[in-house]
Amino acid sequence: MTQTNHIGKGPNRVDGPLKVSGAAHYSGEFNVPDLAYGYVVSSPIAKGKILKIHADEVRALPGVLEVFSHENVPYLAWFDKSYKDQIAPGGSPFRPLHEPDITFNQQPIALVVADTFELARYAAALLRIDYEQDEHETNLETKRAAGFVPGKGKTGFQPPPPPRGNPDKALKNATHSIEAEYAHGAQHHNPMELFTTTVEWRGNGKITAYDKTQGVFNVKNYLMGVFGLGKNDVRVVNQFMGGGFGSGLRPQYSVFMAVLAALELKRSVRVTLTRQQMFSIGHRPNTLQLLKMGTNPDGTLASLQHHALHETSQFEDYTENVVNWSGMLYKCENVKLGYQLAKLDIYSPQDMRAPGAASGNVGLEVAMDEMAYAAGLDPLEFRLRNYADRDQNVDKPFSSKKLRECYQQAAAKFGWENRTQEPRSMRANGKLVGMGMGGGVWDATQVKSAAKALISADGQLTVRSATGENGTGTYTIMTQIAAETLGLPLEAVTFELGDTDQPEAPIQGGSWTAASVGTAVKNACDALGEKILKLAQKPADSPLKGAKFDDVEFVNGQLRLRLDHDQAVVLRDVLQTSGETQLEADSSAMPNMVKQNGYSLHSHNVAFAEVEVDEDLGTIKVTRVVSAVAAGRILNQKTARSQVLGSVVWGLGMALMEETVMDHKFGRYVNHNFAEYHIPVNADMPHIDVIFVHEDDDIVNPLGVKGIGEVGMLGVTAAIANAVFHATGKRVRDLPIMLDKLL
Amino acid sequence: MSQLLTSTPYSGGVPAPVPTGPVRLHINGETRTLQLAPWTSLLDALREYAGLTGTKKGCDHGQCGACTVLVNGRRINSCLTLAVMHEDDDITTIEGLGSEDNLSPLQQAFVDHDAFQCGYCTPGQICSAQGLLNEGHAHSEAEIKELMSGNLCRCGAYVGILDAVKEVVDKESSEVRA
Repeated sequence: MTQTNHIGKGPNRVDGPLKVSGAAHYSGEFNVPDLAYGYVVSSPIAKGKILKIHADEVRALPGVLEVFSHENVPYLAWFDKSYKDQIAPGGSPFRPLHEPDITFNQQPIALVVADTFELARYAAALLRIDYEQDEHETNLETKRAAGFVPGKGKTGFQPPPPPRGNPDKALKNATHSIEAEYAHGAQHHNPMELFTTTVEWRGNGKITAYDKTQGVFNVKNYLMGVFGLGKNDVRVVNQFMGGGFGSGLRPQYSVFMAVLAALELKRSVRVTLTRQQMFSIGHRPNTLQLLKMGTNPDGTLASLQHHALHETSQFEDYTENVVNWSGMLYKCENVKLGYQLAKLDIYSPQDMRAPGAASGNVGLEVAMDEMAYAAGLDPLEFRLRNYADRDQNVDKPFSSKKLRECYQQAAAKFGWENRTQEPRSMRANGKLVGMGMGGGVWDATQVKSAAKALISADGQLTVRSATGENGTGTYTIMTQIAAETLGLPLEAVTFELGDTDQPEAPIQGGSWTAASVGTAVKNACDALGEKILKLAQKPADSPLKGAKFDDVEFVNGQLRLRLDHDQAVVLRDVLQTSGETQLEADSSAMPNMVKQNGYSLHSHNVAFAEVEVDEDLGTIKVTRVVSAVAAGRILNQKTARSQVLGSVVWGLGMALMEETVMDHKFGRYVNHNFAEYHIPVNADMPHIDVIFVHEDDDIVNPLGVKGIGEVGMLGVTAAIANAVFHATGKRVRDLPIMLDKLL
Repeated sequence: MSQLLTSTPYSGGVPAPVPTGPVRLHINGETRTLQLAPWTSLLDALREYAGLTGTKKGCDHGQCGACTVLVNGRRINSCLTLAVMHEDDDITTIEGLGSEDNLSPLQQAFVDHDAFQCGYCTPGQICSAQGLLNEGHAHSEAEIKELMSGNLCRCGAYVGILDAVKEVVDKESSEVRA
């Protein structure tokens, strides 16, 4: 054991003191001089045309600088290509302030810019706009027969695999079978921080955009395409993000608006959306799922069929992987998966924590519970009988999969053996008690990333990569990786991120940051280590003479021979002796396709939940959750646990609270605020236990990490829904499960 | 079938807004004079005029608690009150509770218990918790959970928040007993 062995421990967040003292600067907190404020005006209609914007009336107010709309916006890029970001779905991306047509409610249609925020808000409230309103359709129910199979579209989207076996015949011949439809409405990410961009005008057409985004390079490329800016004209910075959950994966209209105004007015501008406008920037789509299952006499799955239909906008075919997981989580020879979209007069949906999987998982895991009851089996026993050792979608083994251990450890911690199978058979504190479970699977992905490492003569290491920190602990885990690689204490390492002046990193999503950026950080530090070794070998009396890089190790501030620890040099002395003031190395990391080719790369989890239901009032209280996650190696026990705790909270919200309600008469979300879009609060918290089941996996990436941000959300919602059934005997198939559905 | 939606022009032009004036605020022991329109919220005064961006805007409607500050020791939503109403008050923001290099016991407990992820709701959570301590509320776990429920956290760091607040509450009450 050494003092510079940081990976796998649980140090406090290195950015913690900044965050708890209010000193961390989010994108709306760069108070640059001579700042003007923009306030967005949103469409009150879902479909139609703007006839006239009476901009002159408010432009006459002293202090109002301009009203931007389609009536006066300058010539911008013409082709769709210029507006497409890294994960744009198929179709034509929305172009703000481009034309008089309105294609969704709350569409941003004007930006009022003034000397102060108060004045911009006032003028925006007074701005008169005349419309021609057309009839709209926002109800997915009307589109059941109008579903279509989308094209390949977005990066990361995998169309469902073709059917295998004979699913229909197997279903017909099954000993027991079920068929049910599951539904949930739209849900919104609602990170606590509002989407904000502060654009600093640097003169001569150059700008720095402090933007709330999960990908500074994604935004930079978008701005270059849309505004015809050169590489050196625009820098995008986001060092702290007040939550993302997918909402910042694509450039949002706040950054478009702020940059437009700054370039036109040649002045620094800040645009901040309202909480209401946070419901106009993408969402988890309203989804309908049909599940059919059948079992053989021995309780194995005979047939599994899963079909999903969800909404998208008129202009983009937003896609996510909803049903594919059902073909790999359990062993089944006869499987049919289907996936369709339907167009409505709404804004395009957008990836939201565990996109697709969170939706499909509820259908699959509630159906598995229904199937277990139909077959007369304990839900855990039923899953064990159908355990998948191979990914049948691609017919490959998993690089590692310890879901069985997750089941065992979580069930033991939870006390699953105390559960009686019969619904309504358990009571406590005068309430019905229910216990349910659900599991899940998520991708372990690595994508190309780059990093730079620099060490100064005083032994301080700085590592840079333009990734993001939205609460996931990026600063901390990258600091741990860098410090351990070069044998330094955490205090000697600074990790910098979120700036397009740094080496390029991918958008922060898909749970791939730890694997992708982490490997790049390790590689950059290794490359720097090789340079340090060369430098250390220069003196004639170097104890490391002739040693190769593999022969040495960096431990406790020393560089020493692995096999003879006495042959060592102090790292700080190496640079000081050499006379070099600084040493640096760049590196990038790509997935090792050759190594990965024969395997399916996935993380898994299971959640057990206990609920208490008041039979008279229908109120549901989640009392306990145990979540076990197998996601390779855990880099930081503390921050990883927090991610899983947060995932449990998200699963609880999805099960019992979250739904953005559309008033189809107006084509408008009616609960677009935090008072009416309910998310869990502290009083809703159950007792939560988090278990990590370690997996050794050198196939996924050299660090052996699979990512932890999304997998922990799976299973939780279904476990709660199944627990409610166990408590009450009522199977609620449309989320959220609110008390009226139980009465 | 389309339908026309038009509005009536303002007679005599749009009404001019009320002019700004000097407002004296006592923030974190310092007196500041800010030039503000009367409808400037205390939250916007802090963030946009006083440069104290530790206080966060999450909804601007008193629904999320991110803007919580202490006014005369009591916790309030600074988005729901106007700056001009607080000329004689003592305002404490997160920056007044402790600094990066000199954290208050609550701030340190939040770091130790990983009671945040993105950190955006955190200053409001800490100010609320400080308010609970000042007011002598929150003795049991159930009370802390209930009384901290006006502060939303979308990252779901509630377990850590409870543990952090409880640690400081327990320490202070044992000091009182001793």
